[in-house]
Amino acid sequence: MTTATESESSTGYDAHFRVWRGDVEGGDLEDFTVRVHEGEVVLDIIHRLQATQAPDLAVRWNCKAGKCGSCSAEVNGRPRLLCMTRMSVFERDETITVTPLRAFPIVRDLVTDVSFNYTKAREVPAFVPPQELAPGEYRMQQEDVSRSQEFRKCIECFLCQDTCHVVRDHEENKGAFAGPRFLMRVAELDMHPLDAAEEEGLDRRTTAQDEHGLGYCNITKCCTEVCPEGIHITDNALIPLKERAADRKYDPVVWLGNKIRRRKG
Amino acid sequence: MTQVESQEWDVVVVGAGGAGLRAAIEARERGLRTAVICKSLFGKAHTVMAEGGIAASMGNANAGDNWQVHFRDTLRGGKFLNQWRMAELHAKEAPERVWELETWGALFDRTADGRISQRNFGGHEYPRLAHVGDRTGLELIRTLQQKVVSLQQEDFRETGDYESRIKVFQECTVTRLLKDGAGEDARIAGAFCYERESGRFFVLRAPSVVLATGGIGKSFKVTSNSWEYTGDGHALALLAGASLINMEFVQFHPTGMVWPPSVKGILVTESVRGDGGVLRNSEGRRFMFDYVPAVFKEQYAETEAEADGWYDDPESNRRPPELLPRDEVARAINAEVKAGRGSPHGGVFLDVSTRMPAEVIKRRLPSMHHQFMELADVDITAEPMEVGPTCHYVMGGVDVESDTAAAVGVPGLFAAGEVAGGMHGSNRLGGNSLSDLLVFGRRAGRYAAEHAERLSGTARPEVSDEAVERAAAEALRPFDGKADEDDAQPENPYTLHQELQKSMNDLVGIIRREEEMEQALERLAELRRRAARLGVEGHRQFNPGWHLALDLRNMLLVSECVARAAVNRTESRGGHTRDDHPQMDREWRRANLVCTLGGTAQQSDPAAGRIALRRREMPPIRRDLLELFEKEELAKYLTDEELSG
Repeated sequence: MTTATESESSTGYDAHFRVWRGDVEGGDLEDFTVRVHEGEVVLDIIHRLQATQAPDLAVRWNCKAGKCGSCSAEVNGRPRLLCMTRMSVFERDETITVTPLRAFPIVRDLVTDVSFNYTKAREVPAFVPPQELAPGEYRMQQEDVSRSQEFRKCIECFLCQDTCHVVRDHEENKGAFAGPRFLMRVAELDMHPLDAAEEEGLDRRTTAQDEHGLGYCNITKCCTEVCPEGIHITDNALIPLKERAADRKYDPVVWLGNKIRRRKG
Repeated sequence: MTQVESQEWDVVVVGAGGAGLRAAIEARERGLRTAVICKSLFGKAHTVMAEGGIAASMGNANAGDNWQVHFRDTLRGGKFLNQWRMAELHAKEAPERVWELETWGALFDRTADGRISQRNFGGHEYPRLAHVGDRTGLELIRTLQQKVVSLQQEDFRETGDYESRIKVFQECTVTRLLKDGAGEDARIAGAFCYERESGRFFVLRAPSVVLATGGIGKSFKVTSNSWEYTGDGHALALLAGASLINMEFVQFHPTGMVWPPSVKGILVTESVRGDGGVLRNSEGRRFMFDYVPAVFKEQYAETEAEADGWYDDPESNRRPPELLPRDEVARAINAEVKAGRGSPHGGVFLDVSTRMPAEVIKRRLPSMHHQFMELADVDITAEPMEVGPTCHYVMGGVDVESDTAAAVGVPGLFAAGEVAGGMHGSNRLGGNSLSDLLVFGRRAGRYAAEHAERLSGTARPEVSDEAVERAAAEALRPFDGKADEDDAQPENPYTLHQELQKSMNDLVGIIRREEEMEQALERLAELRRRAARLGVEGHRQFNPGWHLALDLRNMLLVSECVARAAVNRTESRGGHTRDDHPQMDREWRRANLVCTLGGTAQQSDPAAGRIALRRREMPPIRRDLLELFEKEELAKYLTDEELSG
């Protein structure tokens, strides 16, 4: 935790914060007036509240450098990382409202139960290594790995999962829909130059559609807008995956191939 | 009879960073039921912050590389204080551990012929670091995380339960290791834990426990470490009867952000220098040329022209001095700032903007570009960064057997990664951490599994109710923190933590003096006294004040180890620099300082020191390994007696 020393306090100002406090039973926004110093981010202010006014204020955080994706919350209603939201983007007299991620159940204060995401992660079949290659024998060209590498920049902050309208206000869709992060994971594996899923009889494209709910996505790009890593989730992962899934479904050769393979089994 | 829920596992791994996950994968693949317990969410461990790469002598960028060269670089970096057997195993096994990651889905940056690209780094003779831009740690953690998930998918197909053989207890903390028996025969029997979300206690019973908890950086004010780095594994090991070695060696990474104040300490990857970035002072001088120490004179360039030539033609030019080991660069920056040649915010300038095109910077250093743009309004493609030293890594840790990662003196306890001591000697080379996690994480998992197999069935150690009750009472103590007989008020954990960080930073920091370290020990005594009346508000459900109060016990213990060992070692070496003993002393090279928990009699006085310190001779370096070096070089490090022996 970094807190300002006395010498810096002359440069500061008092900000007005409203922070949601409560638990599964319910809760409310609580008002705070708190000192802000030059260069600080919203997470610094939350930490100052903990250290000076609300020692049991619950918040998740780790790296404080936008690399771990722990401190996800909503600032003035917008899903953001608290550690990457500079105080300088707000007017000094503006009230800053910090609330927990809306799409997930409350645990306490700014901490939500994000287990939905871990459940969905388990439903995506893992990378299938090519049988014919030993460790150390993998050869891939940079331009071929770049596409999947973009998706592997994901820090799993789950802001895209939180903002996606398919689940944000539709609890009933959660069962059938993996959400942008895990559809992107399917795309990442599908575009991996050496993934041998197909040899094992696993078609990632059709499962995206049939098992992970790709069809629910109507490409409003909300996920892309909130991604703190700037990953083009919609354009580079979801739309290509939709196209590839569609090709697969209506391609008569593929259809015939599937019939034959099924007979063999 | 205690009401604490208890579960039985074969292997319990504490920590879900690179070492912990690699250990867990190994134990599970050997058929053992494995529990992983971690303070944060799964996939958020500190490993994600590693940027530069994984050091492994695959020889993809320079065919001259091999394990012997890597071993040599590692010993030079550690100033020959490394446990040589660990450095040997590490150098030999690192390539296999990297290649294995590819079979689990990792996607490293590639060479033109499609192999894993390798980049230059401080102290490494050849380009050696497998990387993904400057987010290699994220790739490592995600790959291991996804491998765990794939094992869970296998188990689901077989048993219908994802968690039947490997389960991650996320957002849970271990506060005590539990043992069966007493004295020297006592064996590990499990771990006492609490769940952060609910505050509920539980016990994981297991004959093997692997500590993979990382470092201690949160005891210092300016640090690149996250809140998790409170020395938990170091302290748990001490409290369980294990010993810590090399605790005086703390690495200050030369390049942390210095401005704005709220981000002070956040890491700026060494890749910036590895890829061509240079350090300049306020006069515009590339000052590192002035700081090449005698032991490294032969390997580093003397002119800018030679240094710049090295990137394209390493055969006929020597390395730029910006790529000296981290301890050297950190001291140099410190000296420049002290001499009044620093940057406006008390650092020095690190520049890539004049060294390569903007597009290359954005591709090779994307997260640095993003970090400076977002947090400091600095565009690193157009202007230099301001950087200064930040507490980054502790070389000291649990005293382990080199081959098995078993903690000396505590059967059933293993340690791997940053929490283990010895591998890096007095200073770790960049890139050697991620490879360390993989090599020794796997070894710890393997030997923990074998130990657990030997103790299956009726031989399993038992956890006593009494030990569980004691651990529960200790964990709950901060809730009844009240005024003592002198009417002093309960102490706020946040205040105590800030004072501890300031003391360690100011008094046992990058440059050390005896009087200051003695003062630090006095302050630590006072902090221990005050910590005895820590009080927290609220209840047990996700209460960060309470969590910090519990972590403070660990930080106070490890801080005492650091300070005591640092006072004792009257020389300068690697991550231990004494203003009053500026020379490296060959006699000291052979010595490890060993910390153990002191006697129990003194515990009635909270201010009394808890740590006992003794000096231990290191085993002589094996002959064939010594022969990898020139005689003249060895003479700089080893005593005449060792050389002739």
